[in-house]
Amino acid sequence: MEPLTWTGSIAFLNPLLALALGLLALTVVLWMLAGIVLPEDQMAVNPDGTLNSNSGPRNLIQTALRFSFLASVSIAVAYIVLGILMGTNAGIIGAISQRFLPVWLSLIILYAMSNAFKRKLGLYGKLFDSPIGMVGFGLVMFWVFTGVFSALGLITTLDPLAVVSGMKNKVPGTPIPSLEDSQYAWYLLGGDNLARDVFSRMVAGTWEVIKIAPFATLFAFMVGITLGLPAGYYGGRLDTVLSFLSNLVLAFPVILLFYLLVTPEIVTTGLPSYMAAVLFIFPVIFLGVLLNSRFHTRPRVRTPLLIGVLGLAIWIYLSLISTNGYIVNAPAYNIPGLPKELDLVDFPLVVFVSVVFVNSPTVFRIVRSLTLDIKTRDYVAAAQTRGEGPWYIMLWEILPNARGPLIVDFCLRIGYTVILLGTLGFFGLGFEPENPNWGSTINDGRKLLSIYLHPVLPPALALLSLVLGLNLLADGLREESLKD
Amino acid sequence: MGFFILRRVGIMLLTALCLTFLVFFLTNLYPNLEKLAKTQGNFRMSDEQVASFLEKGGYLQSTPIKYGEWLGVLPSYRYTNEDGTVQSRCILPGDTAEASPNFCGILQGYWGYSTYFENEVSAVIGKRLYLTGRLMLWVMVLMVPTALIVGVLAGMKEGSTTDRTLSAFAITTTATPEYVSGVIFIAIFTSSAVGLKWFKGSATQAMENPTFENFFLPVLTIALFGMGYIARMTRASMAEVMTTQYIRTARLKGVSFPNIVIKHALRNALIAPFTVIMLQFPWLLNGVVIVEILFNYKGFGWALVQAAGNNDIQLLMAISVVSVFVVLLTQLISDIGYVYLNPRIRIS
Repeated sequence: MEPLTWTGSIAFLNPLLALALGLLALTVVLWMLAGIVLPEDQMAVNPDGTLNSNSGPRNLIQTALRFSFLASVSIAVAYIVLGILMGTNAGIIGAISQRFLPVWLSLIILYAMSNAFKRKLGLYGKLFDSPIGMVGFGLVMFWVFTGVFSALGLITTLDPLAVVSGMKNKVPGTPIPSLEDSQYAWYLLGGDNLARDVFSRMVAGTWEVIKIAPFATLFAFMVGITLGLPAGYYGGRLDTVLSFLSNLVLAFPVILLFYLLVTPEIVTTGLPSYMAAVLFIFPVIFLGVLLNSRFHTRPRVRTPLLIGVLGLAIWIYLSLISTNGYIVNAPAYNIPGLPKELDLVDFPLVVFVSVVFVNSPTVFRIVRSLTLDIKTRDYVAAAQTRGEGPWYIMLWEILPNARGPLIVDFCLRIGYTVILLGTLGFFGLGFEPENPNWGSTINDGRKLLSIYLHPVLPPALALLSLVLGLNLLADGLREESLKD
Repeated sequence: MGFFILRRVGIMLLTALCLTFLVFFLTNLYPNLEKLAKTQGNFRMSDEQVASFLEKGGYLQSTPIKYGEWLGVLPSYRYTNEDGTVQSRCILPGDTAEASPNFCGILQGYWGYSTYFENEVSAVIGKRLYLTGRLMLWVMVLMVPTALIVGVLAGMKEGSTTDRTLSAFAITTTATPEYVSGVIFIAIFTSSAVGLKWFKGSATQAMENPTFENFFLPVLTIALFGMGYIARMTRASMAEVMTTQYIRTARLKGVSFPNIVIKHALRNALIAPFTVIMLQFPWLLNGVVIVEILFNYKGFGWALVQAAGNNDIQLLMAISVVSVFVVLLTQLISDIGYVYLNPRIRIS
């Protein structure tokens, strides 16, 4: 097998792309300078009352910017499309675009469907009115699809844990020397210092993030909401105690907390399992109270609903906190949990718990301050006069009206959780040593960084783009939710 | 106001007590003590040897008693060896049992002995804090003015070209954690693969002799992550001030735009960022740990990782005391400063 070059037979596009990017950079600089130096374009008022704006130099620059941007984007799309069609003939870029084919297809379907029905989809549909939000959502969904498809075994070219001799620190595009049947023939992004495939590890690392970060954030939100609503609504001593506890956790430097909680020694004491047992009960309580406060006047609906929902929730709860059939499995004693056959999920529990634990006090504070603000509104007073129970008011009057800031913060917080997971991986806490998560990969590669860049840059840029996407998505959502 | 500060200091002390007890409890769990014994003695110690080592050190007492000893409110544990010599955490190497005090905790000003650095904790902490203090100083010098300028320029005219470009910059820096930006900087500016070699990839030399070449990258890495957040807060606050009535009045009066920004808007717009900067300290502490590991700069964060990795209880306690106090003090300063800066708020 020949080693792959970056672009292979579509190399004719390279000078075009360079030209377009050069123009883009030039126009961006001009645009920024013009924004500072040139005066604003004057609007002329016509006799009939309409406005007339003349095309000054600012407009000219803006048009140039738009065209050079469009040119760059279309050439980039051309790389991907040609890559999908030609595969490894189009070099590393072609091969990678072809591997990502399921992701491209899902993204196209998702965007087409969402755009078609955007007026019926509420806030989510409005997201497609904001370019920033669309770009952010695209980046996020790219990595979500990558994570899911890599878990299904679609995108990765090789086993992310497998070591192939002779591939140590090889540059991107190196063919595997002794090829076995039906094996992918190249290390697309090179090999790391243990001769593993960087591309497959990066893709597999996506799943490590996608399977933990959104759910950990969701759990943190449920904990924060379940505690923050009553703290803000009732105030008084409850508020004082809960605020003190949340400030206690917040005053801890996160890394110190991780180093104290996520070590093998602490895991053997069973402490994280106890924390999980306490923290994860809050979502169950949240669901129970949410439904009960709404439907308690109609016992016929309420009772079967609660039995169904709580049954499922408790099953998930038990399977979350028990690993290998035990809730706590310390050397001295153990507490049996859900048997292995009924265990639904298999998580790195310690990582999950510590991330939820770190995030929930901040959510608590946000929910508390929102509640303090909203509880003075008229509709809350109206509900109180109607004689609604306090939990109904909190969960069905206050919470829906606090949803805007909470949704925005949810997106930002997933990004922060991704960063936290990377930090844990970077310090080698909580994950297995050969686990392909991005943080650990960055840490592994940084020792040889002055000679070999390729093992480090893919996971670093992946993490950067995912978090950037989440931030942009949050910005777009904020913009759109403020428009109402 | 005096009562307010007194109350806050009281809560602060209570928080610090709770947190240090928590750290003490976690580091004194048996598996951690076992690890300590094995790193101190050797890794092939039997369970009995571990138990006798811990017994001699007084580690097997109940946690509240040990915590009291560490605080200095209970007399510290003494163990008489078979040859008649007495060992205790109060008796430093070279001192006799009679000459040493009974109480030795942080109330007496004794921070303990670091098992990893084999030195007194106060000496270790002092040296490491000095190094990190220098790093933080430069981070602040770089981060705060840049963030404020970026934020004010962006918020001055909401939606303008400058605003969009600067906001894009700010949002990118908040999305780049230190271990990503640091690695990218090292890759671009120091590696022989790219070949620029403008800076040094390691800041070890900067501990003795900080120069622009070996110290700029760690400072920039920490400063960038915090910068975006402060800039965005400043932008939001500036944009809000620019829509207020008195700014409109000033514009209608014909005051020039630079004058409006500098004389009228700036003071009010900088109240919110002040609190944000103060509350950034806990996050900066995180950044410091990552960057000190990444650039091999042996300061406070590096000591934290070493202490935690080797379960050096006394050092870890001192580190958590220092970091918790830094966090709480900055919170207090931000509250008090907010009241002084904003005349509309008065705490009775």
